[in-house]
Amino acid sequence: MAKVTVDGIEVEVPNGASVLQACEAAGKEIPRFCYHERLSVAGNCRMCLVEVEKAPKPVASCAYPVMDGMKVFTDTPMVRNARRGVMEFLLINHPLDCPICDQGGECDLQDQAMAYGRDLSRYDEGKRAVKDKYVGPLIKTVMNRCIHCTRCVRFAAEVAGVPEMGATGRGENMEIGTYVEKALTSELSGNLIDICPVGALTSRPYAFVSRPWELSKTDSVDVLDAVGANIRVDTRGGEVLRILPRLHEEVNEEWLADRGRFSFDGLKRRRLDRPWVRQDGTLKPASWAEAFQAIARALPGRRLGAILGDTMDAEAIFALKGLMTALGAVGLDCRQDGAKLDLSRPDFYLFNTGIARIEEADALVIIGADPRREAPVLNARIRKRWAQGGFRAGVIGTARDLTYPATVLGAAPTDIAGAAAFLAGAQRPMVVLGRSALAREDGAGVLAAAWELARAAGGLREDWHGFNLLHRFGGQVGALDLGFVQGLDMAAMLAGGADALWLLGADGFDAARIPAHAFVIYQGHHGEAAAARADVILPGAAYTEKEGSYVNTEGRVQRGRMAVPPPGEAREDWAIIRAASEFLGQTLPFDTLEALRAEMAAAHPVFARLDQGPLPGCTDPSGPAPAPVTATPFAVPVENYWQVEPITRASETMAACAATYLNPQPLLAAE
Amino acid sequence: MTHEEPASFAFDAESEAKIATILPRYPADRQASAVIPLLYVAQRQMGRTTGSAWVPRAAMDAIAARLGMPPMRVYEVASFYFMFNTKPIGRHHLQVCGTTPCWLRGSDEVKRACQDATGIADYGQTSADGLFTLTEVECLGGCVNAPILQVDDDYYEDLDYESTLRIIEALKRGERPKPGSALGRQGSAPLGGPRVLTGAED
Amino acid sequence: MALHDRDRIFTNLYGTRPWNLPDARRRGDWDGTKEILARGRDAIIEEVKNSGLRGRGGAGFPTGMKWSFMPKSSPDGRPSYLVVNADESEPGTCKDRDIIRHDPHKLIEGCLIAGFAMGASAGYIYIRGEYYNESLVLEAAIAEAYEAGLLGRNACGSGYDFELYVHRGAGAYICGEETALIESLEGKKGMPRLKPPFPAAVGLYGCPTTVNNVETIAVVPAIMRRGAAWFASFGRPKNSGTKIFCIQGHVNRPCNVEEEMSIPLRELIERHAGGVRGGWDNLLAVIPGGSSTPMIPKSVCDDVLMDFDALREHKTGLGTAGVIVMDKSTDLIKAIQRLSAFYKHESCGQCTPCREGMGWVNRVMLRMVEGRAEIEEIDVLEQVTRQIEGHTICALADGGVWPVQGLIRHFRPMMEERIAAYKARQMQRMAAE
Repeated sequence: MAKVTVDGIEVEVPNGASVLQACEAAGKEIPRFCYHERLSVAGNCRMCLVEVEKAPKPVASCAYPVMDGMKVFTDTPMVRNARRGVMEFLLINHPLDCPICDQGGECDLQDQAMAYGRDLSRYDEGKRAVKDKYVGPLIKTVMNRCIHCTRCVRFAAEVAGVPEMGATGRGENMEIGTYVEKALTSELSGNLIDICPVGALTSRPYAFVSRPWELSKTDSVDVLDAVGANIRVDTRGGEVLRILPRLHEEVNEEWLADRGRFSFDGLKRRRLDRPWVRQDGTLKPASWAEAFQAIARALPGRRLGAILGDTMDAEAIFALKGLMTALGAVGLDCRQDGAKLDLSRPDFYLFNTGIARIEEADALVIIGADPRREAPVLNARIRKRWAQGGFRAGVIGTARDLTYPATVLGAAPTDIAGAAAFLAGAQRPMVVLGRSALAREDGAGVLAAAWELARAAGGLREDWHGFNLLHRFGGQVGALDLGFVQGLDMAAMLAGGADALWLLGADGFDAARIPAHAFVIYQGHHGEAAAARADVILPGAAYTEKEGSYVNTEGRVQRGRMAVPPPGEAREDWAIIRAASEFLGQTLPFDTLEALRAEMAAAHPVFARLDQGPLPGCTDPSGPAPAPVTATPFAVPVENYWQVEPITRASETMAACAATYLNPQPLLAAE
Repeated sequence: MTHEEPASFAFDAESEAKIATILPRYPADRQASAVIPLLYVAQRQMGRTTGSAWVPRAAMDAIAARLGMPPMRVYEVASFYFMFNTKPIGRHHLQVCGTTPCWLRGSDEVKRACQDATGIADYGQTSADGLFTLTEVECLGGCVNAPILQVDDDYYEDLDYESTLRIIEALKRGERPKPGSALGRQGSAPLGGPRVLTGAED
Repeated sequence: MALHDRDRIFTNLYGTRPWNLPDARRRGDWDGTKEILARGRDAIIEEVKNSGLRGRGGAGFPTGMKWSFMPKSSPDGRPSYLVVNADESEPGTCKDRDIIRHDPHKLIEGCLIAGFAMGASAGYIYIRGEYYNESLVLEAAIAEAYEAGLLGRNACGSGYDFELYVHRGAGAYICGEETALIESLEGKKGMPRLKPPFPAAVGLYGCPTTVNNVETIAVVPAIMRRGAAWFASFGRPKNSGTKIFCIQGHVNRPCNVEEEMSIPLRELIERHAGGVRGGWDNLLAVIPGGSSTPMIPKSVCDDVLMDFDALREHKTGLGTAGVIVMDKSTDLIKAIQRLSAFYKHESCGQCTPCREGMGWVNRVMLRMVEGRAEIEEIDVLEQVTRQIEGHTICALADGGVWPVQGLIRHFRPMMEERIAAYKARQMQRMAAE
């Protein structure tokens, strides 16, 4: 530790810390543009200059290491003059277009100009004009505003792992861009908008939509992958206008994947906003009471089953399970993909290492997964670990660019056992098994083989759990934790085992498999094939429209908040089920969300512990029952990152991405 | 200003032979060091094969692939260093040093001679016959022999309007005038011959 | 008292003899190099320290001390590197060019001795891209040295292995800054690095590295052979040695010449360059050490000595010893504006003050050349240069604004007159309309 005095305040900071960190420890805010905690230090903006005793010139605090006994001054004439000078230089070529700039109101340059700017410009020469760049359908560029901090260049190269941005030319003609016009090929590209300290990179879909001070901000959780990224949903007048990441060091740090950030326009399209009941073969608008009565009339004498979608909140799942159990359902299944999971122990289906502890791993084998496209933020954590060195990754399955090098160890389940050699010698080996690798005939064998690989590599110990299952969506683990797997499975139900089906957000299977004679209740928020097949439609709420608990792939329970009310007559899903239970004569024993949650926590204690990461290790290395595996290669888990479930399929932004990225792009030379 | 970018680029045998001498200079895991040398190789090959020494984007991509670098990093380098032409140029590159030491000794006259002899209106342009591109460059590091005109690889020194004209006329005739001082100076020795190191002291 | 030819190190400065190895040997190069190395690392560094040699690239840092920062051993197995800065690009400077094209073996032998002294396994000579023909000579000379067993494995029979390579730059003044040079050598844009860490700890490829100027390295063999005391006998204390001066501009016979440090400027110009065009009294000002050093007016030139300390007393510097002479016919404002244009062109673009400020300074200077400005703008210009100075990663920006500050310091009335004249013309024009 080093003792540093900042403006007379003594602080202790670790050796190797920067002067800026020491200043922050002393509670002194240091203005900065290029510096970003999660990126390499560039030291180029020169805004964070401070005075250090005995130094002849002001030093860039972001880049200058502390020394024991150092005396730092953050508010002297030297410092103020330096910062005012830098601010003036930043502004001479920056357009005065704050009134039409989407960064207005949340712009670092605007804020700092209040503190260090002059009231009028002394620069009488012509301003620089820079051509805007095309970097894809998600990011709008206004390059006149660029202050050349290079955060975007560093983010793309370091965090996203797609070194496609750069600064070409030099001096005052240096330009940030891609040189060759092309859409950035990152699933994390939206984060460039957040890290850009000015309005050079802004959200294309959000262009000219709103001002930050007009927005209501609601904390929530992303459900469009299984990472459980913490998000903030910004709304105005009952409409979601944008979604931003929230800081959670153990989950998403401050990043958010593009699907979670940009698909919200799908929340406004193809929505189910009122109940429908099929009469004489066609769906007709109905009241809630009529819909429930139609169900009550149809169910007696039928073998009822329930199939659950992938993005449902635990409260809805718990309510539905309670109702189904009361009604004597023949089957409950949350595995639309048919994954051969083993629910006998949670660590058989969780990402047990934990996202944050990926940073402690030293070797990784990925089996039948594509973390870059299944969980981009989690993949960025793997890349972060790789970038620190002393880490190796291997892949069994299709070799795709993961943004870090990965050795191909095989293509099929029969190659899993052989990967032990790759992990040999690792102190903290990880196995990441993709959920889709279980959705095949030999899925149970794959699960057992992957577990055995982790065990054989010494990855299952009391201080380390190296077995990880990577789920795909935010509702999948919660359903497993709640045991929404009972009686007949989905295949058996669809094969005739059930003749009445309650589909709760179940849009992930081919609705044509539903037997013709079956009575179908579809509860959900988007009108897709399953809703079209339904006899009764109960309009539910999307994840932004309800209070809900979600369990991420690590088993971490997190709460989403209602940012906007569900549209029209749609309602929160637990409340729909609670209301239905009365009509069906099996009234559920809770009539408030709090009561439901109390009961759920009592039955499933995991839900009583919010925001708990996985256990630190594995207490029982014995694995799932072995089963045979085949030599059939693993399929590509994700062909189309952008369109995966009803919201993203309804999103025009995601459609534009799919059109851009799934077709080869013509390369246009800049200039 | 747009220009035609070739769809592909491949190093020819002469370039490959040169590359084979370049790569071993740098540690095996530090091959990116060879990016400037390889950009030169590409530019020289373009000059040799097309008569215009420039680096097309396809060549940058080929270099990126060869050195295991992201293409963007090669674009950055090619656009940062002034000696790489990212657009086609004339057969001869007339580079007039305009920095103060040359300006004090008459670089304006050198520029004027270049304009008059080639018909080029100003810096950054190529003559109608495609023979010459005129560029203003910064200090060439030959200041005691100012003013200087660099033609492709060669320095022509101690110039004035007339001597510059003569050089360009010779180039037009396909000749290559002898580089160096137009006044016949011995390197950087003063006009009239060295005043020191004359052997007189020995 | 001027330097005798017998005390000149660069005896083939003008290329009157061939550069090749046999001729170089006749000039005394590669004589007893094995024995020099046999004296050991510490002895070599000590000798260089005692010689008082200060870096010849501009900053004038004591060379022996710089070498002593290199690690004595490498517990982590990292190699050390010598990098020679042959990116001679400071306007007014053309001395290293002569060493490379006419006396390359002095540089090559110096590389071996310096590399050995700092424990380097290899050296890279980073030569500016425009020196294409010079690089061909240097490569050929290195090939000769390899052929003769002077470089490579068991160099000179010393038991020490040393590889030496030439690396060409490609047109970027900033690569003369040592960390930008290292970046460039690593295949990146020449953008200076943040310091610390310094290259002696983390340099080329993350390894301990010393970057030295060509002239600095090339005088080392002479120092080792003739002794520190001999070298230190020239010039004033702390300013010792001989030095190549590049005398140019408005002199009768521009030339390079190796002279004794601390020689009076007037003597240097009159003895070697035939004097100021039109006589000493026709002198207006001199930029004494390359473009980054502020100019000094004739009154200072009359008796100033050409060394680090004397020039610093006059708020300028010896720099690279590129002496740019300007007589009374010179448009000084234009001369300095052209330097502002140079620094604007050569700013790497990394730091805000330099990237944005250099263009600002140049644009104001362009108006100052015409006089199309207000008198108060001279103060604004001065303030802008102060806002740039000392606020950037490297010293390019400092060197870029010092010439402007020097102009304002010594010739402000000239700028004011220019503005007044412009205004007067405007008034006349308006009156005529």
